[in-house]
Amino acid sequence: MQQTGTGSAPDNIASPVESVARDEAIIRVDDLNKWFGEFHVLKSLNLDVRKGERIVICGPSGSGKSTFIRCINHLEAHQRGQIIVDGVELNEDVKNIEAIRREVGMVFQHFNLFPHLSVLENCLLAPIWVRKTPRNEAIETAMHYLERVRIPDQAHKYPGQLSGGQQQRVAIARALCMQPKIMLFDEPTSALDPEMIKEVLDVMVELASSGMTMLCVTHEMGFAKTVADRVIFMDGGEIVETAAPGDFFTNPQQPRTREFLEQILQH
Amino acid sequence: MATHQALPDQPPPVSQRGLLRWLRENLFSTWYNSVLTVVIGYWLITTFVPLINWAFIQAVFTGDGADACNPDGACWVFVGQRLGFFIYGFYPAEFRWRPNLVFVLFAISVVPQFLPLSTTIRKWLAIFGITGLPLAAYFLIAGGHFGLESVPTSRWGGLMLTLILAYVGILAALPIGILLALGRRSEMPVIRGICVVFIEFWRAVPLITILFMASVMLPLFLPDGVTFDKLLRALVGITLFQSAYMAEVVRGGLQAIPRGQYEAAEALGLGYWRRMRLIILPQALKIVIPGIANTVISLFKDTTLVLIIGLFDLLGAVKSTLSDPAWSSVMAEGYLFVAFCFWVFCFGMSRYSHRLEKQLETGHRN
Repeated sequence: MQQTGTGSAPDNIASPVESVARDEAIIRVDDLNKWFGEFHVLKSLNLDVRKGERIVICGPSGSGKSTFIRCINHLEAHQRGQIIVDGVELNEDVKNIEAIRREVGMVFQHFNLFPHLSVLENCLLAPIWVRKTPRNEAIETAMHYLERVRIPDQAHKYPGQLSGGQQQRVAIARALCMQPKIMLFDEPTSALDPEMIKEVLDVMVELASSGMTMLCVTHEMGFAKTVADRVIFMDGGEIVETAAPGDFFTNPQQPRTREFLEQILQH
Repeated sequence: MATHQALPDQPPPVSQRGLLRWLRENLFSTWYNSVLTVVIGYWLITTFVPLINWAFIQAVFTGDGADACNPDGACWVFVGQRLGFFIYGFYPAEFRWRPNLVFVLFAISVVPQFLPLSTTIRKWLAIFGITGLPLAAYFLIAGGHFGLESVPTSRWGGLMLTLILAYVGILAALPIGILLALGRRSEMPVIRGICVVFIEFWRAVPLITILFMASVMLPLFLPDGVTFDKLLRALVGITLFQSAYMAEVVRGGLQAIPRGQYEAAEALGLGYWRRMRLIILPQALKIVIPGIANTVISLFKDTTLVLIIGLFDLLGAVKSTLSDPAWSSVMAEGYLFVAFCFWVFCFGMSRYSHRLEKQLETGHRN
């Protein structure tokens, strides 16, 4: 087992951090820096996310936006700075990492469903093995979320038998079955055929309206306009501009943002 | 306004159906294919007609001894007369019901795997096959408990010994191989180092050397009075040798699993062992079923090497009877019998692996 835990007080998995000044911040990122070898991918990022806030992160490819949200559940390790998720600081402590991952759901560009398990088993796995939910209860929850993403009738099929849009909706349901406090979306519609993008976005819009805290890396500007509380524009590993969608699209402050918006809104 | 009507399906033309088409397409499609067909056909007829004639038509199947045999046909009487020795080696005749009972249990757990039974039944029989069966086999064959008289391993032999070596070797080599493969991909340098050294050492040494070392050299290094059973030493040698090969096969499967699978499992909060057991290994092992079957079959055949350290497996048992002056020229029959036995088991394993592959197919390509 990769455990480096201190061994003190086993029930105190998460070392609680005082949240005085910036209360309600469910994610706090301070001076986040990351390098891939010599390459400085993330340069001193700062971000506070309030509970229930919906944030869209956009930017050109290679800007570090995916790496950024992958740091939040420690799929990527950061080298400097601090990330506090739901009162738990992310460090090399496996217990902390796993505690945070229990509360943070993630949806990937390529779905990453488990191909050897049926749709239902995909949704049951983590609740049963991580949350120790009794199987019957887990099935109930899973069917509830599969209904919410509108594919309860596919529950006993294997991922390989579903379309891309259906697979991505299952992936969303799988993440929701852990009843996370935060959902991370890493370009969830980029790998989909155009006619399937809408069905996935519809599910995400519905999820947003339910009060879920969401961080979403996407190029779907329509989604950003209707759903986001804040839009973050990243370029070259930095947060260039943060603004409410109204201001972001009509009145961008930074020349780099303007350039980017011109490029993607042209056609 | 014209509406589109789908055309009905039509049968193919007559010349494209039936035996004639098959012959033309497969055997006589070009002039050189026709020549090859004739030449190979001639060779098959001249080889197999006499062989079948010798092995079945002119052969003698029943009789009391060498006198009953026909010089122009196979003398299967020899195999029949010595069958007890071929199967049990020197195992005492009065206790042979014990290995027989193990054979029955073995058949009960293995044969249903090839029958169209429900997955649950087959699963439980398979679980019995890897847990209860080896235990039962040990207590029954070795004896010494529950009022069964002890039979030393030096008296074990024949097909029974071959199956014991292969079964224990396979059962132990697979889990050790999986652990070694995981260790070799570990992020912890010490564990990775140990696994790499272990795998590379055992892969670099021939099995014969290992068996010699186990039987001749190991006792020299042990303190006086400490002895290990010769069979046990051979088993450990075979197991460690094959587990190194198994590790590399499994590692191939681990490497074929996309990074996204590891990440998705991590993102759900699963710990290392659960990620491996629930997500990664089921997929990786499925991918490498052909490679595992390959290793298992080669392990089965490699058990014949124990002959050189004085254990009488099936091949050894048959070989030792060939020099019997009472039977002249039965060498072909003896070796054919050995080949046939090995073929039955190896072909069975091959079919089982195919079946497993089909059964685990979920329509997904990584």
